[in-house]
Amino acid sequence: MASGSQGYSGSDDYIASKALMEIVNVAVVLRKPLVVKGEPGTGKTLLAHSIARALNKKLLIWNIKSTTKARDGLYVYDTVQRLNDARFKDKDISDIRQYIKMGKLGQAFSSDEQVILLIDEIDKADIEFPNDLLNELDEMSFHINELDEEVTAKHRPIVIITSNSEKELPDAFLRRCLFYYIEFPDGEMMERIIKVHYPDIEDKLVREALKRFYWIREMDGLKKRPSTSELLDWIKALALGGIKIEKINNEIPFLGTLLKNEQDTDRFVRVSTNQGGFGFRRR
Amino acid sequence: MFIDFFFTLRKKGVPVSIKEWMSFIEALYEGHFQSNLNHLYHIGRAFLVKSEAYYDAYDLAFQEFFGGIATEDVELDKVLGWLENPLNRLPKMSPEEIMEFQRQLEEFRRTHDLEELMRQFRERLKEQKERHDGGSKWVGTGGKSPFGAYGYHPGGIRVGGESWMQSASKVATERRYRNYRNDIILDVRQTKMALKKLRELKREGTEEELDIEETIDKTAKEGGEIELVFSKSRENSVRIILLMDTGGSMLPYTELCEKLFSAATQANHFKEFRYFFFHNCIYQDIYEDMANYKNVPTEKLFSLFNKNYKLILVGDARMAYSELFEVNGCIDYFSTNDKPGLEWLTRIRDHFPHSVWLNPTHKNFWGHYTVDTIGKLFPMYELTIDGLKDAIKALTSKTRNLLHQ
Repeated sequence: MASGSQGYSGSDDYIASKALMEIVNVAVVLRKPLVVKGEPGTGKTLLAHSIARALNKKLLIWNIKSTTKARDGLYVYDTVQRLNDARFKDKDISDIRQYIKMGKLGQAFSSDEQVILLIDEIDKADIEFPNDLLNELDEMSFHINELDEEVTAKHRPIVIITSNSEKELPDAFLRRCLFYYIEFPDGEMMERIIKVHYPDIEDKLVREALKRFYWIREMDGLKKRPSTSELLDWIKALALGGIKIEKINNEIPFLGTLLKNEQDTDRFVRVSTNQGGFGFRRR
Repeated sequence: MFIDFFFTLRKKGVPVSIKEWMSFIEALYEGHFQSNLNHLYHIGRAFLVKSEAYYDAYDLAFQEFFGGIATEDVELDKVLGWLENPLNRLPKMSPEEIMEFQRQLEEFRRTHDLEELMRQFRERLKEQKERHDGGSKWVGTGGKSPFGAYGYHPGGIRVGGESWMQSASKVATERRYRNYRNDIILDVRQTKMALKKLRELKREGTEEELDIEETIDKTAKEGGEIELVFSKSRENSVRIILLMDTGGSMLPYTELCEKLFSAATQANHFKEFRYFFFHNCIYQDIYEDMANYKNVPTEKLFSLFNKNYKLILVGDARMAYSELFEVNGCIDYFSTNDKPGLEWLTRIRDHFPHSVWLNPTHKNFWGHYTVDTIGKLFPMYELTIDGLKDAIKALTSKTRNLLHQ
């Protein structure tokens, strides 16, 4: 397999665990789509960016929304435009080709070089959505009915698919992919991640902040647990605000960067006043 | 044979399909893998396990299959073949040697405690000034000291580097993914996901989708003047009523029921969601609050909601004989009922053809006369993710289970 210098081994601004790197490499070599699942803020989307940078390939991003249909990714036939143009003499509407617009998947297939295609948050779409893509991803080709033409991938794109597990993905779809679940980073990993973003930050501050951060995360009954991006914001705020390390131990400055809704803040205040420092998890 | 790993996985409940197994094996024989267990562990998981819910089961299977290397002679040759790799300089070892290793490992675990080992390690680091490879005392590679990397000391402290031998099965032994098993934990998000399956799409609401066929038709009829036609988009038309038991015997399951309740209230994809409470059994009144103060006549259920509503009852269905079968059997001292609970339940069942009963107690404890009777009225499912899924399947199916007709 492509190991060592050839393969993917993380990039300057992204830290991937060794297991993840190995799997990315296998996915690249075998040209299998890779499904990456995990909590928000575990760096699923960034992974694709990082791979693109590390392998020096173009990245196409297909952002999935609740209304996205599988066909949108292949091509869109702009009938209304054509219908509209038909009323005027200045355009030749007999050429359907000009009304066929390639979607992201179509672009990836027709690209002259191998690209990386990120299908972001696939679980946002309808439950059946992934199944509609099965054949296209398997064969790496699709048919344009209006032109009666086959679009076949010149170079099979490297497909990275992310999911927040809002909806379960269909088995038939998963069977064709590699799967990786990104765990929420532990303290050690998190320290490295922070170092990548803020190389100059004081070690002690990071450690104290992390301690508090994981304490908040472990707290029962939070509606939204703070994730990596919130932590990074918080640490930045702490560093910029010149907060004394002792202060982090007694109270949490800039709590708003970590907890984003009122209920959670209330919950936090209740827990920290009732039970003091580290008395969480009563049950 | 390696195929046994497949069966081990299936046995542990990982739903590996033949297709997945085949592509894994193909990749294996095409030589895309580094031959060490650690690598095999991660790559195998990516190929064979498609949900973190099964990571734990995979760990168990991996542990069973590869953890037992030293004891099962049949597999040994195969596995040794796997491990043969110039990269990690694995020594060729006979089965006896590996056995010996295993024994030493056990012995080492018995005789050393971890703290002592750490202390020694720190001391030795202090003493050590240069690189050491091989040997049996210093921290280095390829040696037999308990400290260092690529070494042969059973169960020592690894310092950086790749681990080999049973390291991967040690990762497996940690069972870090235990919390992701879905047969154990029923949390709000999972419940929401299960409830999301509860839907019937119908064209309703505002007209916002362009109907191309109609547009072309209309435009042609208008003689080329464009006439855009929109149609209604599809929406979930499911209406739900939740009836929950708040009786004393339900106390141990409060948390579980809370989770189901909050998931159902948070799931905003239902057309309508209503909930009521009852105490042990349903009589002429049901309640709008958990404390059973605000009562609503049960008759209202029939007048307010038609048969298209889907009804989910939650309760342990376990009560005294009289509570279900007798007039004035109600457990509350100040309440009387002129019809037995069973009669009310039957009326509810007849009014709502799509109804299920979720029981938080384990199936094994359902052998009770009232549970049996109610189970014959309503299809009864366990209040677990799997049970919920089955219940939802039953709710959405067009035909009712004949058994419960």
